[in-house]
Amino acid sequence: MEDLKNILTTHPFFAGMRPEHLQLLVGCASNVRFDAGKFILREGEEANEFYLLRHGKVALEVYGPARGPVNIQTLGEGDILGWSWLVPPYRWKFDARVVEMTRAIALDGKCLRQKSETDCQLGYELLKRFSQVMVDHLQAARLQLLNVYDAH
Amino acid sequence: MVPRPYSVRKTQRETADTFTLELVPQDGGPAMTFAPGQINMLYAFGVGEVPISISGDPAKPATLVHTIREVGAVTRAMRNLKPSHGLGVRGPYGSGWPVAAARGADVLIVAGGIGLAPLRPALYQLIAARQDYGRVVLLYGTRTPEDILFRRELQQWNSRFDLDVHVTVDRATGDWRGNVGVVTSLIPRAPFDPESTVAMVCGPEIMMRFTVQELQKRGVAPESIYLSMERNMKCAVGFCGHCQFGPTFICKDGPIFRYDRLQPLLAIREI
Repeated sequence: MEDLKNILTTHPFFAGMRPEHLQLLVGCASNVRFDAGKFILREGEEANEFYLLRHGKVALEVYGPARGPVNIQTLGEGDILGWSWLVPPYRWKFDARVVEMTRAIALDGKCLRQKSETDCQLGYELLKRFSQVMVDHLQAARLQLLNVYDAH
Repeated sequence: MVPRPYSVRKTQRETADTFTLELVPQDGGPAMTFAPGQINMLYAFGVGEVPISISGDPAKPATLVHTIREVGAVTRAMRNLKPSHGLGVRGPYGSGWPVAAARGADVLIVAGGIGLAPLRPALYQLIAARQDYGRVVLLYGTRTPEDILFRRELQQWNSRFDLDVHVTVDRATGDWRGNVGVVTSLIPRAPFDPESTVAMVCGPEIMMRFTVQELQKRGVAPESIYLSMERNMKCAVGFCGHCQFGPTFICKDGPIFRYDRLQPLLAIREI
């Protein structure tokens, strides 16, 4: 627990949060490890947690019958995996398959969702941070869509 | 201004639309020496002339190397050249990458698509004097795995213990198991000291703008970021004005610019 407390309280993603909220997060956190080839989350399943990736590589994939699994983004150390836990209907939109053995901190999103209903400050702090994650992903997706490498 | 005749010694297909020409002077005269980042005007006789960055090793000037993307009539004509065929060369022109000035610092190279070609000479120089630099990191992004340039060399560089090489593609195809995502997404995790890093960036201008944003987020100072700019070029000697970029000419003030000098101009859409 001490190790988790130290990790979360010094993690840039949670910088600036109140001590009582950080304590709550520590209570909702656990160290997890996934071997290569395993799925951390699957499309359509309930989304009740998110992950701070500490080591390894994870491929966000979408599966198509003709194409099989298609990697749309690779996440690694320092990245945040999962935001569908924040947004109804709380179902994962993609698969997350481990490419290289991955260590992460899993946080109980369902618990945090429920706490946020009564503690709006907590909810706001989480939404602020996840908004930035979403903006970064949207920006990257737009760049991918732009096909900037096409001859002009 | 008169093109010097060169012969094609070797052609190499790099990707579906990109190829490399190795050239030697027809007159047997001295080899062209150049700085990494400089360009030549290559003349396909009877067709036209285009500016192309030199992509070879400055320490091996006997063979002049250019990596070219086929985008129009002139580059198509060059693609059809065979060994012993001729073309004209004028140059070298322009400013080079600050390889010497980066001594003692970490060096971050960010390349997008064919942007790796003008950066390759800089990488050759960095590797040749590896002991003079801190960490050397190469971040390379391209559209698909099939568009990866200099694949064999990338693998060789990646196998070195003193180089960090990270390759990513916008879109995975086939059995690609590497990184997927835009090249800017590699910057937050790249192992360099922002306060002591020289960044050299080359690629599509949109990609370079977003790269600069990420570099600045990491704390790299604008005066430590260098971009290779591109505009239409005709005379390459600062007379015709085709490559004018605000108060500068890409042909003689560039193509390599320090970002702090470029910053006000990049926002002006009219130029």
